[in-house]
Amino acid sequence: MLKPKPWVGTALVAAFAIALPLALRAGGQVFYISFASQVLIYALAATSLNLVLGYGGMVSFGHAAFVGAGAYVASLLLHAGVESAWIAWPAAMAVAAAIALATGAISLRTRGVYFIMITLAFAQMLFYLANSIKAWGGDEGLTLARRPSLGFGIDLGDELAFYYVVLALLAAALYALHRVVGARFGHAVVAIRENETRAEAIGLPVFRARLACFVIGGAAGGLAGALLACHDKYVNPNVLHWTQSGTLMIMVILGGVGRLWGGVLGAVALLGLERLLADFRIGWLAALFPNYAQHTSLAVGVVLLAAVLFAPRGLAGWRGSHNA
Amino acid sequence: MPEPLLSVRALQKRFGGVLATDDVSLDLAPGELHALIGPNGAGKTTLLAQLAGSLKPDAGSIAFEGRDIAELAQHRRVAAGIARSYQITSLFARLNVRDNLALAVQARSGSSFVFWRPRSAEAGLFEEAGALVARIGLAGREGVRADALSHGEQRALEVGLALATRPRLLLLDEPMAGLGPEETARMIALIERLRDGTTVLLVEHDMDAVFRLAARISVLVNGRVLASGSPEAIRGNAQVRRAYLGEDLAAGFTSDQR
Repeated sequence: MLKPKPWVGTALVAAFAIALPLALRAGGQVFYISFASQVLIYALAATSLNLVLGYGGMVSFGHAAFVGAGAYVASLLLHAGVESAWIAWPAAMAVAAAIALATGAISLRTRGVYFIMITLAFAQMLFYLANSIKAWGGDEGLTLARRPSLGFGIDLGDELAFYYVVLALLAAALYALHRVVGARFGHAVVAIRENETRAEAIGLPVFRARLACFVIGGAAGGLAGALLACHDKYVNPNVLHWTQSGTLMIMVILGGVGRLWGGVLGAVALLGLERLLADFRIGWLAALFPNYAQHTSLAVGVVLLAAVLFAPRGLAGWRGSHNA
Repeated sequence: MPEPLLSVRALQKRFGGVLATDDVSLDLAPGELHALIGPNGAGKTTLLAQLAGSLKPDAGSIAFEGRDIAELAQHRRVAAGIARSYQITSLFARLNVRDNLALAVQARSGSSFVFWRPRSAEAGLFEEAGALVARIGLAGREGVRADALSHGEQRALEVGLALATRPRLLLLDEPMAGLGPEETARMIALIERLRDGTTVLLVEHDMDAVFRLAARISVLVNGRVLASGSPEAIRGNAQVRRAYLGEDLAAGFTSDQR
């Protein structure tokens, strides 16, 4: 059987992603360019969780902490007059990484349900903290006057430019993930996921490798958060809420746990489905359920259930199971 | 006796009301193959786990090459030269034979904190893994997933993973468990080939294998070392007869127990 080269699929996806906003602009659908940027940002956030959850096998239920920390850092810096994205975005990653280091050093001493609960607890602590600090806007959050500046004549306020910047960052993150999982570190982390006891017995530094994986995932999540705040020009504590962690987890499970494209596919599928149900009237569905548009999360639940039952390896694994 | 490679003194481990390791002292000479025998529940695996570093003793000391290692984490003991195999096979089930061994080679040689350079480009790593495949008798099975191997092959890989760390002290926990006669013979041959250099502590129920391989034998009963000495001395020890083998002594020590 003739098998296409592995990069052909990637090239097609890249071409589509590059052409999409141009087509949308030509069609006068500028709103959907902004929506597409949002999808890419969530794809980045889900990909960062996939490194931790999928490859590292650490079922973190507190990834919103890192996304939210990044969002708040970027927003607060902008509020303080720091206009440059070159400062705001790395700072968001650094703070998220520091939080991941501190919380990971504690939570990674636990296993199983305890790990799930302790990561959730840390994220919820940040959620309540953000709610209570007046200088951070409390529960009303912060509105940003504009997006940060990137230099090089790029205006992030322009939806098209912003989209391409986010796309470039997502592509860089996916390439980095591809390199990391193919390097010694990725093999070590997967080995620990597969058999922690044996990994320790052959001399792998289990705790440190896990912590490093957790921190890298946290930093990438922080970048996604910073982009999210810039995209919305707004941040509020909901970005730290546990439902945000849950949404990211659903994306990873839907897209493919421990698969390179899992986070991207999950974000596209989940947000795409929500958008589809909200924006388009689907005749046969409306005939059955007149108010279906108000219950999109129910539909998402059905799709998730179907995915877990019929494609347990996620959308990314679906294709893989045929030609593997 | 030369300076011992491993020196255990007054080791103690308690689980609730049970003294699983009760004042155990043990010396292993460099290059020695020392067998640890005893009835089920005597605390052999518990002792092994404390030597390997996955279980913390309540009291006592463990010195390896003259250095106190009682506080060293397991992966650091591996780096220092102590590796173990498991009584219940513990592999990377979804990885193939070559990748299982490559992981262990990776853990020994250089850092695992390499984030960018593809591991597949490290020819040396896979050469060494390939040599190990041949050494444990799995040539031709490199690409087979560990969970698709036969039981005997899995036991060989189990020992291979420990060997890949290039241990100076190898702790083998019942490597012959569940093996047929032919596979047992192959395992004995593999362990015999380790004699040049590697010190081995062998926990085993197969008395034929034990008496064939061991230079010295220690008998563990209820967490205590009942006797320690040459195979002949252990064979003739009346206390060992009573405590460990009882009526079946003659049969147990002269023919296959199983």
